[in-house]
Amino acid sequence: MDWGQIFNSAAGELLSPVTAAYALAAIGISVHFGYAGLLNFGQAGFMAVGAYAFVVPTLLFDFPMWAGMLSAIAASVIFAFLLGIPTLRLRADYLAIVTIASAEIVRYIVSTTGLTDITGGAAGLSGFNGGFTALNPFPPGSYGFGPWTYTANQLWVRVFGWSIVILAAILVYLLMRSPWGRVVKGIREDEDAVRSLGKNVYGYKMQALVLGGVLGALGGVVYVLPRAVQPSNYGTTLTFFIWTMLLLGGAATVFGPIIGAMIFAVLLTLSDSILRGAIDAGIITFISGTQAGQVRFMIIGLVLMLLVIFRPQGIFGNKKELSFNV
Amino acid sequence: MSDTIVTHPLVIGEVGPGCKKVDPIVVADGVTRTFGGLKAVDVAHVEIPRGAITALIGPNGAGKTTFFNLLTGFDKPNTGEWSFEGHSLARVPAFKVARKGMIRTFQLTKSLGRLTVLQNMLLGATKQPGENIFTALIKPLWRTRETEITAKAEDLLARFKLDTKSEDYAASLSGGQRKLLEMARALMSDPVLVMLDEPMAGVNPALTQSLLGHIKELKSEGMSVLFVEHDMHMVRHISDWVIVMAEGKVVAEGPPETVMSDPAVIDAYLGAHHDTDLGDMMEDKNPVLEAQEAAATTAAQREGGH
Repeated sequence: MDWGQIFNSAAGELLSPVTAAYALAAIGISVHFGYAGLLNFGQAGFMAVGAYAFVVPTLLFDFPMWAGMLSAIAASVIFAFLLGIPTLRLRADYLAIVTIASAEIVRYIVSTTGLTDITGGAAGLSGFNGGFTALNPFPPGSYGFGPWTYTANQLWVRVFGWSIVILAAILVYLLMRSPWGRVVKGIREDEDAVRSLGKNVYGYKMQALVLGGVLGALGGVVYVLPRAVQPSNYGTTLTFFIWTMLLLGGAATVFGPIIGAMIFAVLLTLSDSILRGAIDAGIITFISGTQAGQVRFMIIGLVLMLLVIFRPQGIFGNKKELSFNV
Repeated sequence: MSDTIVTHPLVIGEVGPGCKKVDPIVVADGVTRTFGGLKAVDVAHVEIPRGAITALIGPNGAGKTTFFNLLTGFDKPNTGEWSFEGHSLARVPAFKVARKGMIRTFQLTKSLGRLTVLQNMLLGATKQPGENIFTALIKPLWRTRETEITAKAEDLLARFKLDTKSEDYAASLSGGQRKLLEMARALMSDPVLVMLDEPMAGVNPALTQSLLGHIKELKSEGMSVLFVEHDMHMVRHISDWVIVMAEGKVVAEGPPETVMSDPAVIDAYLGAHHDTDLGDMMEDKNPVLEAQEAAATTAAQREGGH
């Protein structure tokens, strides 16, 4: 087993654009669940909406980069309203049901053959990255060191993705220390109490849903920037990966989802490479390489369970805050 | 009994169910709410006096809490109109009712557990620019108001003897302290009418006294109070006016001294032994005999009245 190679690729994942995309989506559900108490099990749907709303107009109408981003944001706002208007007046469970179902609806719509001309069907779309690459301010060459050695384009996509993550974290920090954040956290605790104090609970829940959804959609954009967009990426597994990252880092924290996404991405690569390495070296003989790919997801399921049971507040969460059973 | 006209300084004309008040703060007409086949609330007309402490009493299932929920917008009536300070409030959402100055508390306390006591208090304040998602991003836009309401919250917490707890999570407070916090939080918005749903439920006797004091203080500060309560001693002790509900209807009204002896109330709600401590009764009286006697007396009184 080539341990150097294994650790190299794992360390590379730390700053990869996929990790940045995960982090953005995880910040999105930290706004939903961690702060506002909204159960969104369809974050993959928001990511898909963002990705397709960015890619489709870019390919069909030659949208420039900024217009594509705006289109992704606008589409996710509309998607959030569609989900929120019927469900946010009801109990929290209903939003969970509706989000998980509508994320699947989005995935089936974009992969349907009837829309192949627009969405590319099950094969997805590619060749939309030109506009983004053209904006690259870095001259060609090699940047960085060790596992973090990048070409100019690789560097640009990372700088872009992580800048959005940092901006999102600042936005969430500013909001959550403000009276707006106080109202939203109050709603998480007991929405009738907040209503009785004269706050428009429905309006605040909608704002939180839209904000977290937009962050998810931006995650979707960052996710597809260096690759093609493919509907199979947006299944429910993606949503539960993001939940694992959020709970790993700590739900109601600013840095929790970011660090959670980093740790998750590293662990995912590490477990995969170690398993495959062990199989290649003949140490593990009872499973094949393809099976190993599935085994690591079992391990992740186990980690999520252990996490929720033994450290529900995550790495950054406040133990005291979660030690009450309210 | 009915041939003597009873009057009261809060009332225009004769005292009775649905009587007109000199200065009503809430006027409700024809409010009904049915749950399936059950008519939980069926109030033809009721007025709640301003600047007074009004108690809403009645047996379990009389519709007191449902009526409370309807008035404050937490439930929608089947029919009916009501107004608060002259503005119609029927079918107005709960948060708008609260903004008009009609603030309620809940039977099961709703303190926001994973917020600190101080944050709970600040949430009660109105007109906060920082509660808008856009202004929230720029602290200078809301810092002044935040300082103002923090000072106010600290004053109120000191008055309710919760000042030492202000940085603790509300979930760590005792049941009685949560009741105090909920009442203090309601006062953050300078309400006109405070509506307390069973303020004494689950509060130990030592705290009861201080809660009573706080409720009386609200009145002396010019607020009107409407509360639902089961504890008759408390009702008698602090209320200026008592409205009795049974089976969804207002069956009697009056000052606490006389409403307690109203035969309709005794029949509908209190029973013959409302004034006797159960312990005493068991020791030296025969409850069954006593009940029969009381029933006979009531019947005789009624016949005499007709």
